[in-house]
Amino acid sequence: MSNFRFHNIFLHIFLIIAVFIISFPILYAFMVSTLDMNQVYSSPPKVRFGDNMIENYTDAWNQSNMGRLLFNSAFISIVTALGKIVLSISAAFAFVYFGDFKGKNIFFIIILITHMLPLPIRIVPTYQLMDKLNWLDTYYALTIPFFASATGVLLFRQFYLTIPESLLEASLIDGITPLRFMWSILVPLSKNNIVALFTIEFIWVWNQYLWPLVTTNSAKVRVVQIGLKMLIPSDAQPEWNVVMAALIMGVIPPLIVYLTLQKSLVEGFALQQDK
Amino acid sequence: MNSKFSKKYTYLAYILLAPSVIIVGVFLIYPSLQSLYLSFYRTTPFGNRVIFTGFQNFTRLLTSDAYWNSLGRSLTFTAITVFLAISISLLLAVLTNKNIRGAKIYKTLMIWPFAFSFAFAGTIWGVLLHPNVGVMSYYIEFITGFEFNWINNGTAAFILLIIASTWRMIGYNVIFFIAALQNVSPSLLEAAEIDGANNFTKFWRITFPLISPITFFLLIMNTLQVFFLTFGIVDVLTQGGPARATDIVTYKLFRDAFLSMRTGYASAQSIILFVIVAGITIFQFRYAGEKVFYQ
Repeated sequence: MSNFRFHNIFLHIFLIIAVFIISFPILYAFMVSTLDMNQVYSSPPKVRFGDNMIENYTDAWNQSNMGRLLFNSAFISIVTALGKIVLSISAAFAFVYFGDFKGKNIFFIIILITHMLPLPIRIVPTYQLMDKLNWLDTYYALTIPFFASATGVLLFRQFYLTIPESLLEASLIDGITPLRFMWSILVPLSKNNIVALFTIEFIWVWNQYLWPLVTTNSAKVRVVQIGLKMLIPSDAQPEWNVVMAALIMGVIPPLIVYLTLQKSLVEGFALQQDK
Repeated sequence: MNSKFSKKYTYLAYILLAPSVIIVGVFLIYPSLQSLYLSFYRTTPFGNRVIFTGFQNFTRLLTSDAYWNSLGRSLTFTAITVFLAISISLLLAVLTNKNIRGAKIYKTLMIWPFAFSFAFAGTIWGVLLHPNVGVMSYYIEFITGFEFNWINNGTAAFILLIIASTWRMIGYNVIFFIAALQNVSPSLLEAAEIDGANNFTKFWRITFPLISPITFFLLIMNTLQVFFLTFGIVDVLTQGGPARATDIVTYKLFRDAFLSMRTGYASAQSIILFVIVAGITIFQFRYAGEKVFYQ
């Protein structure tokens, strides 16, 4: 045990360096977002905060119509995450609590298949379908096609399989109906899994890029990811300070969701790991 | 599980499944079959007519240098990134999981890149490594004399993609590794210590096999995410360049489908991607069934 402390010091030094390397880019992005353009393009590059913060953030807000972008991203992320939760719980409930019914296995495979069909595999026809439905440039295209979730169904199904049978038996003696059982007993028990799925899906949808790029056009449904790209012209010197200001504003919502809910994320998925 | 709701409620099971099944059918399976169909056709330049061309889209793709370039770059890029992201995350998670002061703070500061999209991660690293404004590229040149210029140099742009994607994935992996490590029972490790095992043996003989299910899960998730989502970085920063060095398969597919409007040619690329994903999935089921999920 004599070298216990000694080891720990090395461990701390190593971890501090690692954390610094991982976190420095974020700190640097924040620093750049406070510099003026002369400081951004000065040599050697500045690694400190400037005093142009308010101006850059105002510019970024106005140029990118950030209020609208944040609203759109938040709206589609929340709606899609909730849609996935509702549909996943319903499907998992149907798979676990109704015995064998015709087509059960086929339905299960159909839902699992979503894992094998990521967007690029079907992007042209899905785009054409949106066109036919008149869904291009609307919230519909950004939400409804993503409501099904294999991850969600597996997560809840796995959890329901671990719930003791006595729970249903007792409820059946009380004459409970299926929907009542789902709503008043299963849903409250699934709290951790619901929060875990919400976190993962909120961040996933917030960070979606390819689909909004091809299906949206107008400012009324444009999302944060595309708004940022529009601040970076490929044929001119970008105003990196303004870009970074927009980026910081655009990452705050998923960062808050992630950091406040990460405990449930781990617990929700760790429960599944146990089985 | 023997107790069920009575048979008279079976209709309810169908109603509960219907929304998921309909959405998967309409927005996933049907368009995928359409991709297969379109891959045998060519759309005329004005998009008013489709002509059956058999396997022509596939033969043109598989004899095209540009496509092999994209495929090779995507696979190399994904392999390097996933290897780095998994091994670095595992190392960091093991070290952070020790009973030390400030473990929580270390952990939080390691996982936050996950909140950033690939496009955002790429933008930040693009600026850090920017030849005109970036502090990192400045000091790389100052110290080594080597100019890291991702705007003109293909290799540099390729490395930029790897760094930004690895950074993003570390945030995702560390959180799952730490969760898995916390499930490893301390009594097992103590027993091994009594038997004289050192840290190294304890890790490779006990901890690593116990967390292999999560490692395998992360391996698959990382592969798919990196392979498909790096599109965001490419579209924001490099647009496939310079000299096609970052023209990964998803970006080429996007250009052919939505900029050159060659829907048949793009659909054939979709089908090749499906073959790759199907291969990964089959590997996942086969390998996972036999070796990894043995708990």
